[in-house]
Amino acid sequence: MYQRLRTFLFVGPGLAWLTFFMVVPCLLVFLYSFFERGVYGGIVYDFTFENFDRAFDPLYLAILLKSAKIAGLATLIALLIAYPAAYAIARAPAQRQPVYLFLVMLPFWSNYLIRTYAWIVMLNREGLINRALLDFGLVGEALPLLYNEASVVTGLVYNYVPFVILAIYSSISRLNPEIAEASEDLGAPSYKTFLRVILPLTLPGIAAGAVFVFVLSIGNFITPDLLGGGRVQMVGNLIYDQFLEARDWPFGSALSLILIGVMMCLLFAQAVAVNRSAEGTR
Amino acid sequence: MSTDGATMLTETGADAATVIRLENITKRFGAITAVNDISLNLKENEFFALLGPSGCGKTTLLRMIAGFESLNEGRILLDGKDIAPLRPNRRPINLMFQSFALFPHMSVRANVSYGLEMEGVRGSELKSRVDRILETTQLTEYASRKPDQLSGGQRQRVALARALVKEPRVLLLDEPLAALDKKLREHMQLELKRLQHEVGITFVVVTHDQEEALVMADRIALMRDGEVKQCASPAELYEHPNSRFVADFIGVMNFLDGEVSVEGVVVQGLGVLTGRSNGDTRTGDRACLAVRPERLTVAPSSAERLIHDNVLDGTLTDIAYHGQDIGLHIAVGDAGQVLISRLSAAAEGAADFKVGDTVQVGWQTQNALILPDDSKT
Repeated sequence: MYQRLRTFLFVGPGLAWLTFFMVVPCLLVFLYSFFERGVYGGIVYDFTFENFDRAFDPLYLAILLKSAKIAGLATLIALLIAYPAAYAIARAPAQRQPVYLFLVMLPFWSNYLIRTYAWIVMLNREGLINRALLDFGLVGEALPLLYNEASVVTGLVYNYVPFVILAIYSSISRLNPEIAEASEDLGAPSYKTFLRVILPLTLPGIAAGAVFVFVLSIGNFITPDLLGGGRVQMVGNLIYDQFLEARDWPFGSALSLILIGVMMCLLFAQAVAVNRSAEGTR
Repeated sequence: MSTDGATMLTETGADAATVIRLENITKRFGAITAVNDISLNLKENEFFALLGPSGCGKTTLLRMIAGFESLNEGRILLDGKDIAPLRPNRRPINLMFQSFALFPHMSVRANVSYGLEMEGVRGSELKSRVDRILETTQLTEYASRKPDQLSGGQRQRVALARALVKEPRVLLLDEPLAALDKKLREHMQLELKRLQHEVGITFVVVTHDQEEALVMADRIALMRDGEVKQCASPAELYEHPNSRFVADFIGVMNFLDGEVSVEGVVVQGLGVLTGRSNGDTRTGDRACLAVRPERLTVAPSSAERLIHDNVLDGTLTDIAYHGQDIGLHIAVGDAGQVLISRLSAAAEGAADFKVGDTVQVGWQTQNALILPDDSKT
């Protein structure tokens, strides 16, 4: 009895938090997505599949696919940037590693919006990069660096790379360095050691980092808003608009539900990948 | 065996059977000299042990031979050719890591095949060579298991098979038995020796366990502070240590500190004691007289006076029972230096000794050694 009470006291607060702020909203989203929209906003409690029909309209499907493309691209680039960095940190002298990790996290001391605005200053027609290119005579006129998909991808990569570095770092630093040495000792050139030993053994870290970037990118609406300048619409912006501009909560809910579904599938795939490689690691 | 042989720290002069020749190898890490001017010849088909306390530089030396550490000075010659510029993956030398460093995501067979695949061995040759080594190391039935499904002893054999299948010129083993429990370790000592005979490859094993080295090795290089103090066969090391450090590290040894005189060593309160000198000490030097426990003869004071070259009177302070034999701790002289003697539990009168007995302890001159005092203070 005492044991159960103690368990309840320990688990209770977290459970209550999750119930009220996670489960209940999700349930609401789930329910709303099957109702109709009122003429002046609000919800009419008539059951319908119409919201989902609409969501799979080519117009909205295209936005979902484009979001996936942008998120996928951001994920790929983030991995390519983060892996070598994480590897270098994990192989640095032990006493310097915390310093490097601290530097990786340093950007988070400033606000997300401010950091994103900083990119506007950089990528602007009159921005730092264009100014430098013009001054050195490398380009004749300012490049359109801002308000396109590339600038959105840049912003997303920039924001999530530190998390990917951390995820991959933890995976590499757990790896016994003698395993890579053993591969070399057995006659493998460096690239084979990487492809056949290091990469498969650090897959859990890669998967964790990748899912992290992808999930946060595909639902992101601030970065596409600021760096896409309204010209790049992602599914996050669409949902945002349904709730706050169009006042079509049921449709927004349906879109949210689809997005949640996509994310769940990815998380599941990641869990499977991690499990499979964990079988080999322990 | 002449005592001159024991004074040789390292061997020089290559003979036909030399596989690896280390010439004046030095390795520094910052201000620390891990390996200091070591020269050694490793011979064909030899079981060689690098023995020493932790931090003596033995693992660094091994990693230099494997190619994982660069040299500050000196050369490493394999079959007469300098291998310093070769990366580890280009050396016909394999290292068995202390952690075994098996590939956790690969089966036993994949682990063992890996090295041959890197050489470009394919198809039926790959299969037959892997099969053969799995058989030799008794791993055939575990071929499809992953390393985490194996016991410590099996993992050790996989690490061994993975290195041996490449038929290297030299196999380096870093504390190969350290991860195993005592019973298995003793079994594997003989197993490793058998395997080495079977495959005919030079083994170089690093160990801190003197017993392990004595049992397995044909020759032992005993190291301290990055230097080889003595390199000799196990029997030579045991019977003819060239310094107090070596005598102390290998087996159990009694030491009596004193000063070298013409006749022997003058020990405070005990007078002149005699032993063999290997010529490393001069009259007036600080030195010690060293004698093995099994070389001491102990008799009750009431018995007939011993006729040994040296006889001391003392008191039994302790009796340590070891099963097959008995350790007698005898305090001698005014300073009460303790000598340890070992005699078989089955020996006549062994059971009659009691703590507090007055006893006489004696030894012959040829059974004691006069060694320079190189102990660290």
